[in-house]
Amino acid sequence: MEVTRREALETAGKFIILSGAARVAFNELHGEPVADPEKYTAAEHWWGMTIDIDKCIGCGKCVEACAAENGVPDGYFRTWIERYRVADNEPDNPHVDSPNGGKDGFPVLNDMPDAKSFFVPKLCNHCADSPCVQACPVGATFESPDGVVLVDQTYCIGCRYCIQACPYGCRYLDPRKNVVDKCTLCYHRITKGLVTACVEVCPTSSRQLADLKNPKDPVHKFMRENHVEVLKPHLATGAKVFYKDMDEAVR
Amino acid sequence: MRFKDSEHLVRLAFVFAAGLVLFLAVRHAIVPKGFGELGHYRPGALKDIAALPVKFAGRTTCEACHDEVAKVKNEGKHAGLSCEVCHGPAAAHTQDPTEHAVNKPDPKVLCVRCHEADPARPKSFPQVVSKDHAGDVSCAECHKPHSPKL
Repeated sequence: MEVTRREALETAGKFIILSGAARVAFNELHGEPVADPEKYTAAEHWWGMTIDIDKCIGCGKCVEACAAENGVPDGYFRTWIERYRVADNEPDNPHVDSPNGGKDGFPVLNDMPDAKSFFVPKLCNHCADSPCVQACPVGATFESPDGVVLVDQTYCIGCRYCIQACPYGCRYLDPRKNVVDKCTLCYHRITKGLVTACVEVCPTSSRQLADLKNPKDPVHKFMRENHVEVLKPHLATGAKVFYKDMDEAVR
Repeated sequence: MRFKDSEHLVRLAFVFAAGLVLFLAVRHAIVPKGFGELGHYRPGALKDIAALPVKFAGRTTCEACHDEVAKVKNEGKHAGLSCEVCHGPAAAHTQDPTEHAVNKPDPKVLCVRCHEADPARPKSFPQVVSKDHAGDVSCAECHKPHSPKL
């Protein structure tokens, strides 16, 4: 029997439609495929963080948890909190303090009773176009396929160029190993389906881990409905830590 | 023969070939496996970093065993808090509960960490001047940390 071109195309079309329908029906019956941490696929994620400044109470629990989770040495910080105090006649000259990165909380200061005052948690912005990655001469620091800026400590030569290149001051030289260290966005946790240590312990949910590639992530609503900014947007680093209601005094 | 004085060229070619082999051998020895596959870095670093040990177990892990106290907490004002905010990293405790106890913090130190009145804190957040509010009395005398409302 001779099969015409038209018949062949029709059959192929029906097959494609029916197999698609069968797949939908299968997914309906068996539910959504559950994420298997063993089968973490980097290409399906694009990580960042959202920070609601109006919710931060400056308890410093995130700084403490980060140090405990990642073995950060005393006096060095992967995340820290700054307290801003802005007098109303000096909006360009904020008073900023961060005693021990806020790790032990903040002593109450009442010497500027009329100033606008708030806390700003800071951490690596996991920039999509990181200046630090561009500065590394050996390929020891890189942007992972899921949008996390990491350091390969077995490959870092400790030249400190990336520390100078980071406009946010998020990197330090680990004095124990003489290699660069920084926030990994708890890569060992997020790849297992957990949230970062700082997000886990934040008592007011000021910090939220965000997966920008997940259409169901609340980050999309957060971005749509709020006044959201990144730090130093004029540097076009592609920063992915998004601050809600940030005062213009914040640098 | 046309190239009868070609011996020096052969020798030169041999030196170049030896140099190339040496270069490739050294390159093979010092460039990590797979370098450049995903970008200008060693792809194995992703697995190395992802394999680091977890210290904070996460609240769902805590609640799997401590469901009674979790119920009390989740019905109170501290419902949004993870257990490990106050009790510290508990992954070791989940592996061996008898060997690794979690922190039982002193309420006098811990409560004021969040609730001491500070002008920088959001106005809507409950805060007190602890000296005026309770003097030397421990917070836990009146407020139960898992369900702090009186």
